[in-house]
Amino acid sequence: MIETALIMIALGVFAGIAGAILGLGGGIIVTPILTLAFGLNIKYAIGASIIVVIATSSGSTIAYLKDEVLNLRVAMFLEIATTIGAVAGSLLTGVLDPKYLYVLFGLLLIFSGFNMFRKLRMKPDDYRSGKEDAIAKKLELNGSYYDKNLKKTIDYQVTNVPSGMSVMFGAGLASGLLGIGSGAFKVIAMDTFMKMPLKPSSATSNLMMGVTAAASATVYFFNGTILPNIAVPLAIGILGGAVVGSRVMQILPTKLIRIVFIPILLYIGANMLFQGFGVKL
Amino acid sequence: MKDQPSKQLNQEMNSIELIIGKILRIGVIISATIMIIGWLLLVITGKSGYVGNFHPTSFRAIFAGVATLKPYAIMMLGIYCLILTPVLRVIVSIYSFYKERDMLYVYITMFVLIVLIVSFFIGLSQA
Repeated sequence: MIETALIMIALGVFAGIAGAILGLGGGIIVTPILTLAFGLNIKYAIGASIIVVIATSSGSTIAYLKDEVLNLRVAMFLEIATTIGAVAGSLLTGVLDPKYLYVLFGLLLIFSGFNMFRKLRMKPDDYRSGKEDAIAKKLELNGSYYDKNLKKTIDYQVTNVPSGMSVMFGAGLASGLLGIGSGAFKVIAMDTFMKMPLKPSSATSNLMMGVTAAASATVYFFNGTILPNIAVPLAIGILGGAVVGSRVMQILPTKLIRIVFIPILLYIGANMLFQGFGVKL
Repeated sequence: MKDQPSKQLNQEMNSIELIIGKILRIGVIISATIMIIGWLLLVITGKSGYVGNFHPTSFRAIFAGVATLKPYAIMMLGIYCLILTPVLRVIVSIYSFYKERDMLYVYITMFVLIVLIVSFFIGLSQA
């Protein structure tokens, strides 16, 4: 028993670090390992991954007393779209054929993967589009953060708020309907559509994922799919890992984070496409 | 043009941010501590406090188990506290926007909190 727990803690530390850096919540890392390597029923793996997401989110929140990177206004504003999407998704279960959603979201992820690849060759300065976006201005979404890698403050302007919100709605829909983690979509909505820099996108995604996961966690908690002997050591490891990860993220070059991010996007995207076309891997 | 915030307001916001940071930290530390205590009890005694793989999922069963120091009950309580930490985050954000006199975001964040509360009750009703 103690061996399993120590492995869970180690897995948690790893997932916490990776999740906090990439803004993916860590579920995408933990779920396949729990099901494939530990033979855990997918039902319990999903229950555990909900706790993984919350622990990553809360762990990265407390790494600093003051949030230097995340954009609280963007988070709360977009959270409206995500939560409505999640509720709509759970109501549409059985009405909408998930097949088309898998194909649609799979294509979106692959498109974003290529878009990110293009961004690799851009300088961080290119983010300052200079364009004033009326909606972003009205909602005071523009922000700035101190980049510890470049050692300077980066001011950024947010654009395309409606399309960002649509993707966020889709992210909520996907998590409500397909039961998949939507961290990838959240980062894409901010980074690709709203032109936020990657680090604030990732940090904001982590905050939002915790809030969204807390909403669905109650269902899992009360129906018994969150197993304490698995969730507790995982959560303890993740809290520690996420504190480290969100500190590491601030000093890493954005380019490196992107290089790690792209194959993960393509992997999830291809997986969803296969699922949509009914191909079993 | 947004009004330039006064120096006083800026200082006030700085101290509010620090207090919020500390509240969130304490919330996470409390849930982690409860989880670790439960887990250590489990490892030391080698017993979950329940028959087989059963673990308590209702508030009544969890609190009854915590009162008799059953490891699984304490672990579940810790997990529940962890689930509440993002909610705590939303609540303190409302306060922070209120102090910034940003009523638009007070309403936006309150909407998010209401959706969270509604989904909590959906979760309870589906149990």
